[in-house]
Amino acid sequence: MTDTASRPDPAPRPLRQGSSIGQPLTRRDGVLKVTGAARYAADHSPPGMLHAVMAVSRIARGRVAHLDVAAAEAHPGVVAVMTPRNAPRLARHPDEKGDPFTFRLDLLQDDRVRYANQPVAVVVAETLEAATEGAALLAPRFEAEPPATGLDADGRFVPGAIGIGDPPDVVKGDVEAGLAAASRRIEATYETAAQYHNALEPHAVVASWDGDRLSLEMPSQGLAMAQGRIAGLFGIDPGDVHIRSPFLGGGFGSKGMVAGPQVLGIMAARLVGRPVKLVMRREQMFGPVGHRAPTRQTLRLGTDEAGALTALDHHSLTASSTFDDFFEPSGGVSHTLYAAPAIATRHEAVRLDTGTPLFMRAPGEASGSAALESAVDEMAQACGMDPLAFRLRNYAEAEPVSGKPFSSKALRECYAQGAERFGWSARPLAPRQMRDEAGLLVGWGLGTATFPALMFQAQARAELRASGDATVEIGAIDMGQGAWTSLAQIAAEELGLDIDRIDFRIGSSDLPDGGIAGGSAHTATAGAAIHGAAAQVVAQLAALATADPASPLYGAGNAGVVARGGRLLRRDDEGRGEDFVAILARAGRGAVEGRGTGAPDPAARDAYAMHAHGAVFAEVKVDPDLGQIRATRLVGAFAAGRIINPRLVRSQYYGGMIWGVSFALQEQAVMDPRSGRPMNANLAEYHVPVNADVPSLEAILVEEADPHVNPLGIKGVGEIGVTGTAGAIANAVWHATGIRVRSLPITLDRLL
Amino acid sequence: MRPFDYVRARDIAGAVAAAAEPGAAYLAAGTNLLDLMKGGVSRPTRLVDITRLPGLAAVTATQGGGLRIGALARNSDLAHDQAFARAYPAVAEALLSGASAQLRNAATAAGNVMQRTRCPYFADTASACNKRRPGAGCEARGGETRLSAVLGWSEHCIATHPSDFCVPLVALDAVVEIASPAGSREVPLEAFHLLPGDAPERETVLEPGELVTALRLPAEAAAFAGHSRYLKVRDRTSYAFAVVSAAAALRLDGPRIAEARLALGGVALKPWRARAAEAALAGREPDATAFRDAADAALAGATPSGDNGFKIELARRIVARALTLAAAGTPERLPALPASAFAPIPGAASP
Repeated sequence: MTDTASRPDPAPRPLRQGSSIGQPLTRRDGVLKVTGAARYAADHSPPGMLHAVMAVSRIARGRVAHLDVAAAEAHPGVVAVMTPRNAPRLARHPDEKGDPFTFRLDLLQDDRVRYANQPVAVVVAETLEAATEGAALLAPRFEAEPPATGLDADGRFVPGAIGIGDPPDVVKGDVEAGLAAASRRIEATYETAAQYHNALEPHAVVASWDGDRLSLEMPSQGLAMAQGRIAGLFGIDPGDVHIRSPFLGGGFGSKGMVAGPQVLGIMAARLVGRPVKLVMRREQMFGPVGHRAPTRQTLRLGTDEAGALTALDHHSLTASSTFDDFFEPSGGVSHTLYAAPAIATRHEAVRLDTGTPLFMRAPGEASGSAALESAVDEMAQACGMDPLAFRLRNYAEAEPVSGKPFSSKALRECYAQGAERFGWSARPLAPRQMRDEAGLLVGWGLGTATFPALMFQAQARAELRASGDATVEIGAIDMGQGAWTSLAQIAAEELGLDIDRIDFRIGSSDLPDGGIAGGSAHTATAGAAIHGAAAQVVAQLAALATADPASPLYGAGNAGVVARGGRLLRRDDEGRGEDFVAILARAGRGAVEGRGTGAPDPAARDAYAMHAHGAVFAEVKVDPDLGQIRATRLVGAFAAGRIINPRLVRSQYYGGMIWGVSFALQEQAVMDPRSGRPMNANLAEYHVPVNADVPSLEAILVEEADPHVNPLGIKGVGEIGVTGTAGAIANAVWHATGIRVRSLPITLDRLL
Repeated sequence: MRPFDYVRARDIAGAVAAAAEPGAAYLAAGTNLLDLMKGGVSRPTRLVDITRLPGLAAVTATQGGGLRIGALARNSDLAHDQAFARAYPAVAEALLSGASAQLRNAATAAGNVMQRTRCPYFADTASACNKRRPGAGCEARGGETRLSAVLGWSEHCIATHPSDFCVPLVALDAVVEIASPAGSREVPLEAFHLLPGDAPERETVLEPGELVTALRLPAEAAAFAGHSRYLKVRDRTSYAFAVVSAAAALRLDGPRIAEARLALGGVALKPWRARAAEAALAGREPDATAFRDAADAALAGATPSGDNGFKIELARRIVARALTLAAAGTPERLPALPASAFAPIPGAASP
């Protein structure tokens, strides 16, 4: 196999139970991955390639006072040292803003230091070892200024926009009046910790220049956007930027936009005139590639005597960097989940000397849901109600803030199926009532999961050849979610071909723009584009056949036929049909080609609120004396429209729920408040769950048909699992212990 | 790359001679040292590879009825040796609760004893650390101190020793055998690691060139086999250092405790033998009151070194629990999650 970007599977031997939509195909790239044959960006080493290693700042604010460039250059094997003095000048300053997805990058254009682990130089050498030692020999000296750290920093302000262009304040009804009229009220403040991206595959690039033509092996969740950004920085045509990204070792939002260190690798290749590989070291991930900012959220809720919400007020304080804007939109979940007549969400922020926080799996929804679901639990407790009964009492039949009907919403079924499977009805109302046979405290908690069903833009091309084989091309991205498989299933279904008859090509910027693999919208968007392209192919076949008196389909009309098993069949009489090969042969056509587009439907989105929903039920056990906490059981029931591949979808839910365990119990970047440096920038001390921390997991796929959301009825599944889960676990900890910990992650010292 | 000499020792005398020069370090599995070298924390000018020294991995009975654990015995080999686990169950439990399976397969017994602190300020070369650079100051003080020491610390260093293995070993009076340029000597493990005082850069009693060749358990250590446990409380179930841990071993005489052994991990720059607690238990009945008294005695001198006062109360509770577990008797088989708090709590109320 020479071209992984277009052929994932040289010898496909999956356990196949049919290849069309709805079938639980195993990953078509699975064998490649478990045998090591799948080549990730950093696995490439073109002839003549050099290695680049970054030196990074050890202060959070100030400037680089000195770099011992001579010492690094003198080290055997070092070819070049790139610093602001010789870094290639860029056609666009990396601080120049563009579209809403253009974020400022640190590309050695000056000596300012804006956060810890900011690149301050790049050493290029014949070997990785020489480059590593060269970077150490630079021994940077800094002029440090006192950094701003933590949410108590000065200068709190209201951002102009949160997330991507959302308003910071949203008000519906009169929250103060609703609270005043309430017979019961709670007010509580929750904190969530800063979390840093740590996909197994760190950001990497292998860059090769040929004149102004640039070839990149680079993990990317959005090829066209990366192409555009890179072309802009280097003043070249986007068409001259060729990115191959067939496999990602995890993205989670961190590879949505090209990261500064990746651009530095490209600059280094430009500087030395040879291909260059740059792979980030683990500790360097804690700075320049985005993170989830900490939040402090204050929720005020009120209910009437019957437990119906009268008001919901959700205030969020978060942080961005000193030099760019991204504000975790934690309040968004409160717009959609519970039917309060008065809802207000407000966001404030401070600026800290950190890298710019960016998208991290369910940005806003994850942190917001953790707080909202805890507050709803506290409100239910104040009402003396079961947490599920309370949520059903306040079930939103229409989207509360917008008033729009939901395009579909099977949340009630999620609650019911999840509760049944979990055994929720046996839950005592009061906390600290259950122990297991070992004497450990047992608690059960619930959290509602939600994530918007988004659509972006994508194009696809499909070609059916006279041989009866097809090619489907789209610059889509498999970041582990299974696009190689699920998108190919969509192509197979829509073309009416077995999956093995399709040369399915993704993961290259030379293919039609597949859009961004983010926002849980990739299968829906890319799938819609593939659907459109395939439909054009089938329509052309139908036109050829139904207009041809020699065809058994003559006169059936385009709408009167359906493609299946490599044949066109009459809808009204499937005994009458003709195979694709015969249709093309008689028409004398070598091939027919179709093109399709995936895009949101503005009219439908104007008319309907579109969200996936779920209910996560959690069991935790807590040692009554030692405070040690473990999640022991999670049941999540999710409704997300049409399911393309249930095996892969379950995998997404499991992964999301494990992120929820991490969010609730483990994950936090520990910053030294004096230096602004992360003190646990490694995977031994920055905790995420190990296998022994992963509880019994169950994901229930609740049926949901949605005729409005997109042509295939797909909602996303990538991010919803992390929402709901963190709150469910926090609620279970309260139920086990009677102690309400309002700061996540909940560590054992808070329960002593 | 950064150049350093690499010497493969053929025998102990050769190793000791090769390592006598300043800047030399012994290399066994390298699970700790190589990471520290990559991070620029340790910068030895010479590595003396001892992995091919003959006989150094052997685990053998001593003439007096004790056990001699060769310096190169692998953590996992030792822990999974059935006879070893039967005789010294708390040691096996401690070994299996350390690091990850992959690391345990590589890491050696002496390497475990010699591992460096996990204090983040020691690992971060941009921070001041008296261990890395004597006199530089201790930036951990006033910084991130959740896991810092509560016993035996000084204003110059508040780090902890991270080993699990050493905790039951020190409780059982293990002895460190050392090869020296001048011959050989031995030191009780309890005296092997040094508290920081005003010289935290000096971590053990080893002189330049000295090599740990074995750890020896005395004959009486096996007398505790029926009532020995190690308990480790940590922030995740595996691959995490102890917040606090304890090894408890009892020798019962009828209804009373004839002799108790107790040591704590994660609380000080050395595995912490709690002799006052042991004395408080001698002759007592093994009950909750006695264990609470022992816990109080063990932590009598403890003071927070920062924002870590919780560790003192946690340590008290861990001592009481570990003693309770030990009194209940060593389980027939090692638990599925060794040293985990997620084992049945003896005497706890069931629903």
